[in-house]
Amino acid sequence: MSSDHSTYQPTSGVGKWIDSRLPLPRLVHDSFVSYPVPRNLNYAYTFGGILMVMLVVQILTGIVLAMHYAADTAIAFESVEKIMRDVNSGWLLRYMHANGASFFFVAVYLHIARGMYYGSYKAPREVLWILGVVILLLMMATAFMGYVLPWGQMSFWGATVITGFFTAFPGIGEPIQQLLLGGFAVDNPTLNRFFSLHYLLPFMIAGVVILHVWALHVTGQTNPTGVEVKTKTDTVPFTPYATVKDALAISIFLMVFAYFIFFMPNFLGHADNYIPADPLKTPAHIVPEWYFLPFYAILRAITFNIGPIDSKLGGVLAMFGSIAVLFVLPWLDTSKVRSAVYRPWYKLFFWIFVANAIFLGWLGAKPAEGAYTIMAQIGTLYYFGFFLVILPVLGLIETPKRLPNSITEAVLAKKGGSGGAATAAASSENRG
Amino acid sequence: MNKLLASIVPAAMALVIGAGYAFAASYPINKPHEVDWSFAGPFGTYDKGQLQRGLKIYVEACSACHSMDLVAFRTLEDLGYSEGQLKTLAANYEVEDGPNDEGEMFTRTAVLSDYFPSPFPNQEAAAYANNGAAPPDFSLLAKARYVERGFPQFVFDIFTGYNESGPNYIYSLLTGYQEPPAGVEVPEGTYYNPYFIAGPALAMAPPLSDGLVTYDDGTPETVEQYAKDVAAFMMWAAEPHMEERKQTGFMVIIFLAIFASLMFLTKKSVFASKEH
Amino acid sequence: MTQSEGTGEPTRRDFLYIATGMAGVVGAASFAWPFIDQMNPDASTLALASIEVNVESLEPGMSLTVKWRGKPVFIRNRTEEEVAEARAVALEELKDPIARNANNADAALATDLERSAGEGKENWIVMIGSCTHLGCVPLGQAGEFGGWFCPCHGSHYDTAGRIRKGPAPTNLPVPPFTFVSDSVIKIG
Repeated sequence: MSSDHSTYQPTSGVGKWIDSRLPLPRLVHDSFVSYPVPRNLNYAYTFGGILMVMLVVQILTGIVLAMHYAADTAIAFESVEKIMRDVNSGWLLRYMHANGASFFFVAVYLHIARGMYYGSYKAPREVLWILGVVILLLMMATAFMGYVLPWGQMSFWGATVITGFFTAFPGIGEPIQQLLLGGFAVDNPTLNRFFSLHYLLPFMIAGVVILHVWALHVTGQTNPTGVEVKTKTDTVPFTPYATVKDALAISIFLMVFAYFIFFMPNFLGHADNYIPADPLKTPAHIVPEWYFLPFYAILRAITFNIGPIDSKLGGVLAMFGSIAVLFVLPWLDTSKVRSAVYRPWYKLFFWIFVANAIFLGWLGAKPAEGAYTIMAQIGTLYYFGFFLVILPVLGLIETPKRLPNSITEAVLAKKGGSGGAATAAASSENRG
Repeated sequence: MNKLLASIVPAAMALVIGAGYAFAASYPINKPHEVDWSFAGPFGTYDKGQLQRGLKIYVEACSACHSMDLVAFRTLEDLGYSEGQLKTLAANYEVEDGPNDEGEMFTRTAVLSDYFPSPFPNQEAAAYANNGAAPPDFSLLAKARYVERGFPQFVFDIFTGYNESGPNYIYSLLTGYQEPPAGVEVPEGTYYNPYFIAGPALAMAPPLSDGLVTYDDGTPETVEQYAKDVAAFMMWAAEPHMEERKQTGFMVIIFLAIFASLMFLTKKSVFASKEH
Repeated sequence: MTQSEGTGEPTRRDFLYIATGMAGVVGAASFAWPFIDQMNPDASTLALASIEVNVESLEPGMSLTVKWRGKPVFIRNRTEEEVAEARAVALEELKDPIARNANNADAALATDLERSAGEGKENWIVMIGSCTHLGCVPLGQAGEFGGWFCPCHGSHYDTAGRIRKGPAPTNLPVPPFTFVSDSVIKIG
């Protein structure tokens, strides 16, 4: 990795004065200007920057929406419609926030997929990865509670179903559910606390993001080869190289985001949420937002009792387990090679995993009956099989391709040059 | 390992294909018609004449049962009416206000800042007067109805910018009343309609008939035209800022395209000296 | 990076960087606007900008307080003595010689006629009941001049709502209003 001493040199008097008292400019310089990144990062590595932008967009739009929103079951729905109809640019801010949640998840799933493809979770980056999973969990909680706030039919029934998960736990389940709801059903106390927590959690996310970036800057980025940075020629300074690349990726991502905000604002939402919540009438199909669909499919796939665990608890455990398994991923993968580029079999299983996740998402939106249930069970089996069987076993039996000796060598080889001779002295790299 | 896969993948695919036929009893029985709306697509705008006709249908044919709580008279200026015309329209309605000095609620003539008053004092009264099925509010109905398009159509919808599921549904429902086919029993007090989203028949009697509402601009006074006009009006009621949204969106996309191009050139120039 | 090495002349590359930077600044600024604009009064608030008040039952000597744009508006049907008292005050005695009447010219002087509802309606006075000092609501028929008195910091207004004594800097402002008929006032 990089040299540890800072290269920041304040030139002005004021700069020196500040630097000896609160070296914040030095921190920014060291973290986002001179910070060395591998020179071979591709666009898959820009999602961190995109996610940063999305977090800021969500917090900003959220704060201004909260200036108009009223968390009371009697007027919550109307207050949202007032935002849509009467508040200056209110429709824009709300569509940004609602679609922003979706695009936040688009970016985070791609970010996670990149991490899995290039083995970013492996030593010494386990803590970095775990912090990322914590962020994912916080995002899910935030998104769920945010979806309840407009107090439409899906808000109400989504909240009912999801808090109902806890009733699956024998004995303690119902007290926990009542504690969460502040009553026996989703009602005003629930809405109020969800609003409070929905406002709080994003700042907790921001806090964990700081830890995530800190951990990243301790170990340094991985890169498509999975070979650690060895010499200075392997890296480029964050600014301008990573900055402009991130900025380009961000502006293209924002273009897609803008297309949805302005031309398909309700495509990712659910029509039933434009019907005010009615505690006496359940919509025909209760479907969570798209980003929860794979987990929802896993929940519903467990239709059978497993020993003493009944199907309801089994489903809830499987769903929670599908995220919990991510926490131990660094220790499930036994391969010494990081990047899927050099692991032909892992590459294949990875892409099947991606396809399977999309497949599960599609199933999550379908009714839980007949063939759909069987398909969901197959998908769930692969999901867990990938983590619990394929990854541990594959690391032991797979023969990886030859790794380049260094990032520089890989870059030059790709350009057609022969960097091999120049860096042949470097030790053979198989662990990173 | 890949042999196992080779057997699982086709099996899964067969299941997927089979699943499409497994649940034929889903509603609506018929897919909604796709009407050629003036407001469809990225540059679509509302046809003000059509919205005015739609408002007339709402006022004369629907408002006796259906409320439209979220639409204020002042917002009808979007339909091309003058303030004076709207004041006259609002003056046809009585709204409850108060309390007065004596603490009593009273009714007064509606003004521009008022919202369309509900035909019923509350949901319960609405349900009681309509065989237990409260007529839904019109304000958001065009966004609150979506008929599943299925894979892969819903993916194509992203690129074609399909947002007209609601008005298509409303149009199809209003024009879709028909005699139940032989062998289909329709419960007492309901009307067979294969376009209804929640079953084979609905509690609302066919609300429109040819010549029911008089148009003064020469537009044909047919059920089909009425249905189109009121569906368009309901789309406006649900999404009054649509035109502003699309215009802003056009500017934003153009800006981002220019910015991304500049960024692309900048990135190329920065990386020009560096193999990567 | 702002100048090409050696020559010190700006190059095409510099132009590109500046253009990109400028576009970024423009984008950020236009992005910020909706976030600020959303705090302005919304369409439903603006729609309530005018109200109509029935003053038929207001006998001379009686007053009425109505809420307009979230603030109290005093409507008083003054007695002849109150009008006479207000007319007797010379302009030099006034702390604020400007009428502060939104219906009349900006520079109009604070004579009783300019403060009131005008010729033929001299007995009517309509004012925003929010002390020009720090916004408390003054009490009616109180204070040393028989007009209004603000209990917060002791400002005295006369029967035409003109500041006569105390910390308030200006007369109570008269909002835009018209008599729609003899008995109905439209404020705003």
